[in-house]
Amino acid sequence: MMDSITNFLSHFFVTGDPMIYGADASIALVSVAVLAVLTYFKKWKWLWNEWLTTVDHKKIGIMYIIAALLMFFRGGVDALMMRTQLAMPGLSFLNAEHYNQVFTTHGTIMIIFAAMPFIFGLMNIAVPLQIGARDVAFPFLNAVSFWLFFAGAMLFNLSFVIGGSPDAGWSSYAPFAGIELNPGVGQNYYVLAVQISGIGSLATGINFLVTILKMRAPGMKLFKMPMFSWSILITSVIIIFAFPAFTVALALMTIDRLFGAHFFTIAAGGSPMLWANLFWFWGHPEVYIVLLPVFGIFSDVIATFAHKTLFGYAVMVWSMIAISFLSFITWLHHFFTMGNTAPVNAFFSISTMLIAIPTGVKIFNWLFTLNKGRIEFTTPMLWALAFIPNFTIGGVTGVMLAMAPADYQYHNSYFLVAHFHSTLIAGTVFGIFCGLHYWWPKMFGYLLDEKKGKWAFWVFMISFNICFMPMYFLGLMGMTRRMYTYPAGLGWGPINFIMTIGAFGMGIGFAIMAYNIVWSAIHGKKDTTGDPWDGRTLEWSIASPAPEYNFAHIPTVSTRDAFETMKEEKRAGRAKPPAPFKPIHMPNNSGIPVIMSAFMFVAGFGFVFWWFWMAIPGVIGVIACLIARSFVYDDFHHIPVDEIERTERAAGRLS
Amino acid sequence: MAESTLSLDAKNRKNLPLEYSTEEGDLRIVGFWMFLAAELVLFGTLFGTYLVLKSHTGGGPTAQDLFKIGPVMAETLVLLVSSFTCGLSTLELRRHNKKGLITWLAVTIILGLVFVGLEANEFYTYVTHEGATLQTSAFLSGFFILLGTHGCHVSLGIVWIAGILIQLARRGITPVTARKAFIVGLYWHFLDVVWIFIFTAVYLTGWVM
Repeated sequence: MMDSITNFLSHFFVTGDPMIYGADASIALVSVAVLAVLTYFKKWKWLWNEWLTTVDHKKIGIMYIIAALLMFFRGGVDALMMRTQLAMPGLSFLNAEHYNQVFTTHGTIMIIFAAMPFIFGLMNIAVPLQIGARDVAFPFLNAVSFWLFFAGAMLFNLSFVIGGSPDAGWSSYAPFAGIELNPGVGQNYYVLAVQISGIGSLATGINFLVTILKMRAPGMKLFKMPMFSWSILITSVIIIFAFPAFTVALALMTIDRLFGAHFFTIAAGGSPMLWANLFWFWGHPEVYIVLLPVFGIFSDVIATFAHKTLFGYAVMVWSMIAISFLSFITWLHHFFTMGNTAPVNAFFSISTMLIAIPTGVKIFNWLFTLNKGRIEFTTPMLWALAFIPNFTIGGVTGVMLAMAPADYQYHNSYFLVAHFHSTLIAGTVFGIFCGLHYWWPKMFGYLLDEKKGKWAFWVFMISFNICFMPMYFLGLMGMTRRMYTYPAGLGWGPINFIMTIGAFGMGIGFAIMAYNIVWSAIHGKKDTTGDPWDGRTLEWSIASPAPEYNFAHIPTVSTRDAFETMKEEKRAGRAKPPAPFKPIHMPNNSGIPVIMSAFMFVAGFGFVFWWFWMAIPGVIGVIACLIARSFVYDDFHHIPVDEIERTERAAGRLS
Repeated sequence: MAESTLSLDAKNRKNLPLEYSTEEGDLRIVGFWMFLAAELVLFGTLFGTYLVLKSHTGGGPTAQDLFKIGPVMAETLVLLVSSFTCGLSTLELRRHNKKGLITWLAVTIILGLVFVGLEANEFYTYVTHEGATLQTSAFLSGFFILLGTHGCHVSLGIVWIAGILIQLARRGITPVTARKAFIVGLYWHFLDVVWIFIFTAVYLTGWVM
């Protein structure tokens, strides 16, 4: 009896590695600390009422960003562990198995649990404000999306202390990710955690598409929308058409692993290549899901801080539409070397190169926006300006990789790794840091400190180049990705060492930013005007932080730079006196999303361990929550006029 | 959530059917169409998977060995008729006839149950008589999951319609219940369309090719 319990526990918890024990201890300590603080300050009720049950898009956005920052930290620690292991030839900081787990969780977490939720956070905060709406189309569903992402993220992160992490790479190619070659629970965590948060992502796509199509302020035609809102509209369409394919792929892999089906196995007619196709049919559009929104952020930020209207607005939109279309017909370039015929490779080679055209058009439009602008070098603007050259390097090396015959040389080398980090860091990461600084005052009512922000920027940006520029050459010298060590004498050592220095520099940059967040929370400059950047779009027309109902009056829009026009009219004395307030219809808070996600987590955890006695009640709980929601009828309230008056007066908006 | 943010103002909404008469109803119906677009991709992927794996029988039974025309025709007939009765329920909804709406939705549920029963029986026969299970071959994995996903959708639809029936009985036809009945109708018709593709891509080609 005792033996079987010990045996169970030693498999249930990951054992034998001092770093894991350290992680166990720190997780336990942090959890206890959080619970103690909440109890000591009697904050449980506040937490439940203000945050856990909220359906306010701004609060959901803030929760997304907090969670994403934590995930960035986790993924960053993974990266530093890998760089430490590779700093010199023949190190044994991580063994091969541990290294496999670390690069798998690094990739999965950075894409699915850090980049995407960060973007979802920014779009939650900015899109309704930019289009003059009081919330998203489906506020309840929005909360469900967030909590599903959160449940998935927690489930995934649990893997490294309970049961063992996935180790088949973020792309989890079959047959290696199948049950015969990968029998533990690690890959179960991957398929289930990613699935749970993926359902939330799909719901977000639908939610924002409907929000943008149907809830724009009067007068805001599609081609008068701010560019960030345009980018989210297009991203939402990509999500709707790409994510279901991944849902299916993950479900099939789950069924293979849990119930012995033969979709991706080698035996009984299964097709491992089918996984590669399904994965990348989602996976390639996915990179545009995390890129197009930051194109939108950069467009708004560059126009704001060049104090000029965006150059080539319509072309910018059509470029994004072209990219979104092309993103669906390039997936095969991820496996040129895996036995396709020459005509197939040629088609995907050309379709991939075509993406450079609309992207190049966008780069030139940003440059022309800067041309003759009054450029103001704020922190968000620095991120945006650094994006242009750094991202272009990633783009150009992408075209190099797109040449199928040449790809046989680069494939799965560090050249490729350098390429996608150039796009994902110089694009996505620079973009979300840019958006974070840009919209921070709108979220919290104070600004992040400029000086520390600029320090973080320079340290991070220079370190990024120290880390990833040499990596291209390392790839051309023959080092392949996913090697856990390498012998001395190949000439790879010095370059790897320099890269490791760069990686830790990026860590320092991130730490400065984290310090800035804490420092500014105490000493940050208050944003009393609601318009700290001399903004051009509607989110800057309201108080900071934005009131619960966003707009006391729904604005009427006549131009692309709606708020800029309003300010000009005010200066010219043409502003109309505001109409009297009317009660505002708002959705009620609901505990169902967080409870439903808790059931989802229980179900997911049960399936990971083949514990159907646990999984089935979890699934039943989810269905019960859906039914319970269907019977809720009093799901809205009105904010009375005097409360609106009080709020507006407190924000200094009534004179 | 303000009324004025939509292209239609309250006055124009008066001329619309009940389910479109509020902004909320309008938004949710549009949202559901978007969801159906996602479902289309989901089933498209499952069809693609099935068609890729169709010939990968791995020494197990083939489509010709398994599929019998009788049960499949019965399933098809029942599901198509249920789609028709579902359409009748929407017609009654437009006429604001609560009794007719409830009756036709109830008939739809019963036909749905019959369909699920027939399909379960078909699967049971394959498993017990032919030894054709999910684990036998890639072809059968694809078959059971494609049809199983459709069958689960129908089962969920049954539970969903049942919930809406309770709400209709309690609250009558209001803008909210009208919207719910309308949306579940969209869902049901969508499943019918999927079945037509299943009938063609799985059974017809299974018999012929």
